Parts: sequence; structure tokens; C-alpha cells
Amino acid sequence: MTGGAAGERAVNASPEDRVREAVDAAYRNESRRVLATLIRLLGDFELAEEALHDAFAAALDRWQRDGVPANPRAWLVSAGRFRAIDRIRRRARQDRSLEKLAEEIETTTGPVQPEDDKAVPDDRLRLVFTCCHPALPADAQVALTLREVCGLTTEEIARAFLSPAPTVAQRIVRAKRKIREARIPYETPSPGDLPERLDGVLRVIYLVFNEGYSASAGDSVTRPDLSGEAIRLGRLVVELLPEPEASGLLALMLLHESRRAARTTPEGDIVLLEDQDRSLWDRGLIAEGGALVEGALRSGRIGPYTLQAAISAVHAEAPTAEETDWNQIVGLYGLLARIVPSPVVELNRAVAVAMRDGPEAGLKLVDALLARGELEDYHLAHAARADFFRRLGREQEARASYEHAIALARQGPEKRFLMRRLAELAR
Amino acid sequence: MKYLCLVYSDEKKLHSLPESPDDAECMAYAKKLAGQGRMIAGEALQPVETAATVRVRDGKVSVTDGPFAETKEQLAGFYLAEAKDLDEAIQIAAGIPPARVGSIEVRPIRELQPG
Repeated sequence: MTGGAAGERAVNASPEDRVREAVDAAYRNESRRVLATLIRLLGDFELAEEALHDAFAAALDRWQRDGVPANPRAWLVSAGRFRAIDRIRRRARQDRSLEKLAEEIETTTGPVQPEDDKAVPDDRLRLVFTCCHPALPADAQVALTLREVCGLTTEEIARAFLSPAPTVAQRIVRAKRKIREARIPYETPSPGDLPERLDGVLRVIYLVFNEGYSASAGDSVTRPDLSGEAIRLGRLVVELLPEPEASGLLALMLLHESRRAARTTPEGDIVLLEDQDRSLWDRGLIAEGGALVEGALRSGRIGPYTLQAAISAVHAEAPTAEETDWNQIVGLYGLLARIVPSPVVELNRAVAVAMRDGPEAGLKLVDALLARGELEDYHLAHAARADFFRRLGREQEARASYEHAIALARQGPEKRFLMRRLAELAR
Repeated sequence: MKYLCLVYSDEKKLHSLPESPDDAECMAYAKKLAGQGRMIAGEALQPVETAATVRVRDGKVSVTDGPFAETKEQLAGFYLAEAKDLDEAIQIAAGIPPARVGSIEVRPIRELQPG
């Protein structure tokens, strides 16, 4: 009966409904690609966005009459371009200088050809690089990328970053104005600038990922899936520009994501890697991440994202925490510290050394780090020390270090975790 | 499109660091840009202690000594350059010799709208 009813509905679906569905599908699947191409053709974000809306409005009407075109994307780009020229012409009645612009777009871009489809991947990459241009403020890069490349609404971005929507809207408007007025190019950078500019793009993606990944449980319900968006962006970049570090970042995100279900309790408390239920880890993501890391390592051009992903992969391969290959992890952190000298990386290496050689060895390294004064205010340095003392049975010192770490910790779940550890000491 | 590249530097260090450029190098760079048709104008400035600041309030001119604001880095010179976009302007700025000891602020020129 149910099947019959559903079938009936499909047969009876009016032509209007079917066209509407086709337009909806085109919007979901193609709107970002169409926008990217329109920005290139029209040379202006605002104009391209208006043209995009005009094109979809026209599709609703014209596809009804003429049928759904064989290549909806090409149709939409072409319609958007015509409408934009139209719009400029209409405005030109008030402002003569615009007539030249309309003519320029008309003559330099020409009608849209089917072979323009080949330019689409390049257009999307151009869009990513423009949104992540280093001349834009960091928070604007993030907002603009989520808006233009991922198609998130301003409200969704605001909710994700716990900022008021007008603030985000203004950030995006200002960024677009700067792109226009400072003439930030809509181009993939020259090969000489590429490594540095790609770093900027990857940094934006990683920032989006972390915002989604370290969001505490209570908030994550209302947040759009930022980690998911970051992974989608990562896949897009790897597909368009298969550089080892892009693969490394994608692998790192997939491997972190694979542990999402295991890393917090239902109450939102942190579960340490060594205590996680490894049967909850997503094997599919681990396999995909692992393969990407291997490819990136084989390239011989090894960067920090690849090394962090490799460390994550070693953890993922261990059936239990005890069976972790700590020797390999110590080695990878050593390499990482050489590429990006950072006391935080050295701290992580010290923790790995403690797992390999015992807490005494780790304590020595962390004390040396603290003596240099760089990690004095970093709660995880004191938490690591507290853990070494606990394992050495030096309860007094463990207690003092936990208290120090708690005083410095800022995130709720982290504070709660350290307090739990402190309470366990007393038992 | 025109861009103004403003050269900022701590005046006390501009000419005294090992990587400090000399005048000949700066002149050579300006000449190179001119050869590419990208140089519109460019000058080096005397130190800020030679500056006078002028204001007009209610039609009255007032003159004070020194620069408008005390800052760690001072305006030491400028290049007005022609570039197709910001990336090209950044590339020009990166070649300005004092970029090695100070910093270059790249500002697009706003065309004034008559009437």
C-alpha cells in the first residue's frame, strides 16, 4: 500500500515539481562551481552573487518551458553572465562609466562554451586562494571561505564561531570590499609563491577543523558540522592541487575525526587516547587517512601536517595503548621539532619519551623545557609533570602540579579532567 | 592600477644594520622598475626630526614640530608604482631594498571622483 502511494506520487508529480527538484539539485551540487566561474567572468564578488541568484530564478522559469538543459552548470553560467551584463546596462543609464564595463565583459568573456567546463576546477581553486589571501584578516579569511567556497550562510558561520551574525556579515562585506578596492587577484598564485600561499589555505582549513573538533559537547549540538566542512574543503584542495602537505592535512583531519566517538563521554568529559575504547574508532577513516599519509611521506617533501598525521597514524595502528610504537612516535616528534621548532612539540616528544623510557626520563625533559621559561603558563606542561610524578608515586609533587595546571586551564572539559585526576590521587 | 608603497623603518637602524641597503642599491631598484614601466614616482625622506606638522582649524593655520604620531617605525620614503593587481604590487614591495630592515605598507590609490 505504502509503496503504491509513493509510486503514485512520483507519477503524479507535476512538471512544475520536477523542474523545481532539478533546480534544487543544481543549486545543491553546482551553485559553488557556478559562482566560482561567474566571479572569474565578472571580476566582482557582489555582481557574481547577484548573477547567481538571477540565473537560478531564470532557471525556474525557463526550464519549465524549454525543459531541463543537458548541462545545467553551463546553462547557469551563461544565464548568469547575460543577466549581469543586463544589470550593468540598466545601471549604466545613471552612470555612463558602467557602459564600458558591460562592453568589456561582453567582449572579453564571450558566450560560454561547453569546453569552459575544463576551467571549472581552476575557478574553484582561484576562489579558495582569493578567500585565503594573506592581505585579508585571518578571521575574515575563515568567514569568507565558509561563505563563498562552502556555501554556509552568514547565520550558520556566526553560530559556529559563537559570534553575533552582524559581526560576521560585516567581516565578509569588508573582505569583499578589500578584494575589490585593493584588487586582490582572482588567481592561483605563481609557482614561486605557491608553497607559502598553500600554507595559508591549509591554515584556514585546519582552523575550521579545530573549531569543530575541540568544541565542547554541550555546544556541539547547535553547531553546524565544522569539522565536516573542513574535511570537505581538504578533499577539494587535494583533488585540485595534489601537494603532499594538502594530503597530510586531510589525513590528519580524517585520523582525528576517526576518534570522535571515543574521545568524550556522553557528558562531554575528555577521554585520554590511552583510555579510549578503540572499537569505537572509525576504521574506514583510519584506512583512508593512513593511505594519504603514506603517499605524502613517499613524496619526500615532508611537512608538519604530514608528520602530525603520521604520528596520529601510529596511534591508530596500535591495537591497545600498551602496544603503541613509542619509539616511532619519539622519532616523528623529533623530526617535527626540527621542521617547526616549538616548545609544545618538544613537550609532546617528552611525553612520548616517558612512555618509551619511563616517567623519570620524561620529567627530566619537561623540567629542562620549563627552565627555559617558555611553557611556564601552559597548563599541559604542568599536567604532564603531574602525570610523571603520579606514576613515580611522588604524590605531594603530583598534587601541586595538578593544582597549577587546573589554575591555568581555560576550557571547561579540560579543567574537569584535571580535577578528576587530582581527586583520584587522594584515594 | 596605482599602488603607493610606503617604506617604514626605525630610522636609527635603517642605515646601520649589516643588511641595510645603500643609496646606490635603492637607485638601481627604482631604475629597474622604471625600465619595466612600473615606476611612477619615488623618493627617500629626510629623518622625522626635520618634519613639521600643519593643521587648519577654523581657518587658522597651526604648525607644530615633529611627525603627526610618535611611532617605533618612521616613514622613510615611498614608491608610487603601477601594478595589475595586489599580488604584483606585493612583488614590487618585496623587492624594495629597505624591506629587509623595515616594512613596506602597500596601499591602493583611490581615484578622486570629480563632482
